[in-house]
Amino acid sequence: MPADDHAHDHGSELSEMQLRVRALETILTEKGYVDPAALDQIVENVETRIGPHIGARVVARAWVDPEFKRRLLADATEAVNSVAEFDPVGAHLIAVENTPQTHNVVVCTLCSCYPWPVLGLPPVWYKSAPYRSRTVIDPKGVLADFGVSLAPGTDIRIWDSTAETRFLVVPMRPAGTEGWSEEALAALVTRDSMVGTGLPKSPEENKAGAAG
Amino acid sequence: MTNSIHDMGGMHGFGPVEPEVNEPVFHADWEARVYALQRAMGATGLWTIDGGRASLENLPPLAYHASSYYKRWFLGLERRVVAHGLIGEDEIAAGRALRPGIRLNRKMTLDDAKAMSFANFDRPAPGPARFKAGDPVRTKNIHQATHTRLPRYARGKLGTVEAVRGCHVFPDTAALGAGENPQWLYTVVFAGRELWGEETDPAIKVSIEAFEPYLAPV
Repeated sequence: MPADDHAHDHGSELSEMQLRVRALETILTEKGYVDPAALDQIVENVETRIGPHIGARVVARAWVDPEFKRRLLADATEAVNSVAEFDPVGAHLIAVENTPQTHNVVVCTLCSCYPWPVLGLPPVWYKSAPYRSRTVIDPKGVLADFGVSLAPGTDIRIWDSTAETRFLVVPMRPAGTEGWSEEALAALVTRDSMVGTGLPKSPEENKAGAAG
Repeated sequence: MTNSIHDMGGMHGFGPVEPEVNEPVFHADWEARVYALQRAMGATGLWTIDGGRASLENLPPLAYHASSYYKRWFLGLERRVVAHGLIGEDEIAAGRALRPGIRLNRKMTLDDAKAMSFANFDRPAPGPARFKAGDPVRTKNIHQATHTRLPRYARGKLGTVEAVRGCHVFPDTAALGAGENPQWLYTVVFAGRELWGEETDPAIKVSIEAFEPYLAPV
């Protein structure tokens, strides 16, 4: 049974958790350990400020600016933090590039390590037992769960995030996007394509999605 | 614990990965509050990120699997604040504070939260790195009873150092409250066949981030 399966009915756990969490927050607040305004801000940060839109802009910049791409692959923390319009990212960000030869996939088998500053908080599936257990032993099966199949002969490289280093996949730029602006390209960069469990949208998919 | 339920790489039987379309950041308000409480209490500096991970790994295996992600965070946090003497079991039972809090050295303010800084684990190196990119290494076959970041599936395996990532806080000692004990960190890459046997697709390679004490020269 998936450990994080929110689709299952566990309404009783939900109400129990609401009560327990509210009680703990009350106690910690009354004892002066936490400031409710700071808690609200922490939630706002991850609900609105950080998220995959940041990573998408970094990737799109790399697609249009070869010098930025070179620096991103050499030292992603330095490269991202050098661009004024990007929020600063924490140390230890590493960008890995997909090529026709190699497809990269990121996992954390031991917990849920994920590049928060560029992708936000991880989705439930990333933290789930199926993903954490299978990605390192059966990556093609996991990619199939996402509907992704790679060209025959493509090598698959799995990055297990076992330390404080964090990985951002730089997917390949879709065909048919020559001359596109950075902003238009960013709209093609999905979250999953930056984890390695997806590919960027094609111009056709993007158009269909926008129309739908 | 080193061989506990959290170390899932290579296990069978959990079924397919189930992506969720248009997934929200949180699935319930209490999840958001647990996330915020965890971040705010982490900022007190009373425990390390590794100590926090260790407290989740020490949950009973069945409780670990039966609990959703943020419920695990909640259970770990509740244990930790009690273990550090910040609150009492009687206060949890009462659902309110029964005594004044103890004095903390650090408390996350609204301005701190707005600044949204991320921790840095780089530390000055106590000595030169033992390995360089391209060196063959074998991971050690260790089964210590305390926290480690060397996954079971990658122990006793022959790999290659691909990159030197600097000198970082060593989780194995930091989790015990025994100091940062900085160690060199490497990306070590293994052939899928080295990890999973001869039948494995030769197209697969897996890397881990390995601290120097996990590695032996070949």
